[in-house]
Amino acid sequence: MTPFTRLSGIAAPLPVANVDTDQIVPKQFLKTIERTGLAGALFYDWRFDEAGQPMPGFVLDTPPYDKAVVLVAGDNFGCGSSREHAPWALLDFGIRCVVSTSFADIFYNNCINNGLLPITLGEADVAALLADAAQGLVFTIDLQNRTISCGGVVRTFEIEPAIRDKLLAGLDMIGETLARAEDIAAIEGKLERAMPWQPHIKREVVC
Amino acid sequence: MAAAKTLYDKIWAAHAAPFDAAGESLLYIDFHLLHEISTPQAFAGLRAAGRTVRRPGRALALFDHNIPTERQADGLDAISDPVARIQLEALRNNAAAAGIEAFQIGDPRNGIVHVVGPEQGRTQPGMTIVCGDSHTSTHGAFGALAHGIGTSEVEHVLATQTLRTRKSRNMRVRFEGEAPAGVTAKDFALALIAKIGTGGGTGAVIEYAGEAVRALSMEGRMTLCNMTIEAGARAGLIAPDETTFAYLKDRPAAPKGGDWDAAVAYWRTLCSDDDAVFDQEIVIDVAALKPLLTWGTSPEQVIAIDGQVPDPRDIADPVRRASAERALDYMGLEPGQPIAGTPIQRVFIGSCTNSRIEDLRAAAAVIDGRHVAEGVNAMVVPGSGLVKRQAESEGLDRVFLQAGFEWREPGCSMCLGMNPDRLAPGERSASTSNRNFEGRQGRGGRTHLMSPAMAAAAAVTGHLVDVRAHASAEGAAA
Repeated sequence: MTPFTRLSGIAAPLPVANVDTDQIVPKQFLKTIERTGLAGALFYDWRFDEAGQPMPGFVLDTPPYDKAVVLVAGDNFGCGSSREHAPWALLDFGIRCVVSTSFADIFYNNCINNGLLPITLGEADVAALLADAAQGLVFTIDLQNRTISCGGVVRTFEIEPAIRDKLLAGLDMIGETLARAEDIAAIEGKLERAMPWQPHIKREVVC
Repeated sequence: MAAAKTLYDKIWAAHAAPFDAAGESLLYIDFHLLHEISTPQAFAGLRAAGRTVRRPGRALALFDHNIPTERQADGLDAISDPVARIQLEALRNNAAAAGIEAFQIGDPRNGIVHVVGPEQGRTQPGMTIVCGDSHTSTHGAFGALAHGIGTSEVEHVLATQTLRTRKSRNMRVRFEGEAPAGVTAKDFALALIAKIGTGGGTGAVIEYAGEAVRALSMEGRMTLCNMTIEAGARAGLIAPDETTFAYLKDRPAAPKGGDWDAAVAYWRTLCSDDDAVFDQEIVIDVAALKPLLTWGTSPEQVIAIDGQVPDPRDIADPVRRASAERALDYMGLEPGQPIAGTPIQRVFIGSCTNSRIEDLRAAAAVIDGRHVAEGVNAMVVPGSGLVKRQAESEGLDRVFLQAGFEWREPGCSMCLGMNPDRLAPGERSASTSNRNFEGRQGRGGRTHLMSPAMAAAAAVTGHLVDVRAHASAEGAAA
């Protein structure tokens, strides 16, 4: 995973609440067996007509936002389906940070696991950043110091230390967990003694 | 004395171990459901890193999102879309290579992941269950901690049989009172989402309690827990009871003999302590509910069937007002118009929310000898091959077919329209599924979410209709 340390660039404003992952990546793009190549699928139904022709006016197709690296959005961003194609498409487009007043749980985890930083701020701050984004101001994000700066104003955001560390280091999470094989075996053994009737344990014994 | 615990606290405590000082935990996963959409990149990731599946026996692979709902006996040859076929083949091959059991396309045991797990008795109380699908919350109906995950987490679970996660908040929703005729578990769910919003449960695990929940069948409980994700919560939970045990007994993977007795004795301990503290509690009186449906493009945009489409000008919050305006425009509705009487062109009875035998019985009961209205295309998609078989043994297929419904083979189908079943632009559908997002059932399609009985009533009248008035009027006419 690419580490996330510092990011600077244009932010696109998307003042829409409850943006669901069906909007971020419509269903027809979920048939891929790859993680990449989804930039064109991002917000497809809002950007292209039924014949696949671009529809003018969507923020991410309007310069300077076609080069956006941050998205500032309405409340409850990423709700609905668990499709990880949503952060994959955002990243493939070039967006590495989304700012909102809240994120849906699964989408939030999917972002972390792909090195995309979700920043949660209060309503007034998000409203101000939406206005800054609409002016085309440059945003600078410093994850180590938990700051987002724009137009001379520096705001501090909260993020769980474990999540921040993960993003900063760009760690291989699976490798890190596998290094704790003894802990896993301990819970596994305890559960298998406590619930020996579980079908999945019995199946393996039979195999 | 140990502190009082919620049901969620108990399942968490049995499965979690601290991972680090920063508050992250390792959560052991008992059962992992796999389907074709969210797994190919996970298996590819394992291969690229030279890793193996830690416990293949704890996984089960099913084919549901992409498959057509016809000609499934032909297996993969039923798939005309070459891209979908590659993805389905990938799951078949990945499961085989890892030693993971799979119910192949055309196997009567195959179907929607959240229908099959419980039907096979693999979903059991006290388990932790995950799947790369947000509606995994369904399995909470059994008192299992079950939630959706993304593909990176699927890969993590395959490799480690654990998730790295943080504990959620405890929230309880009590449905009290007795549900009036025509009010179902689907209406309970819609009432809750309307009340707290699609982000209302974010960061929480919701335990459902109260006499109206106790009175629900397992099918109803699954419908309720299924829709938990539409309220933004991580998982829904219902403490197991006699209804749960009766459902599970003698299912293929349920414990047998002495194991059964030991399991039930343990399952009986899975309830919140009387003095357990919840971070948030909500009470809904179901006696006051009416049959509900969505009018807009978010599952929180709900009204009663005898109500009027809301006027965005009455909404104070500017972002919510704008979203209501956009939804009305997309749905082709006017503020203030009665929702009943709105003509529909399609009816979809199916999905992981409402495709179980009880749902099909409820829909069939409403039809009662009548025919699908002219100009309406109505389809029934059973949740699994075994649900289909059961319905056929009860003669429900004939009820639907004689009424002019299409009787399809199992899958997710038009709930998300990944297969050939989808709405055309502007088509309005009475749907028993779970999401009315823009374009969800087909680009430009207009979805109204409702219970199976309400959808069946809409099918035979050709418009959105109050199933209560419909039933009594027809009863009087007869």
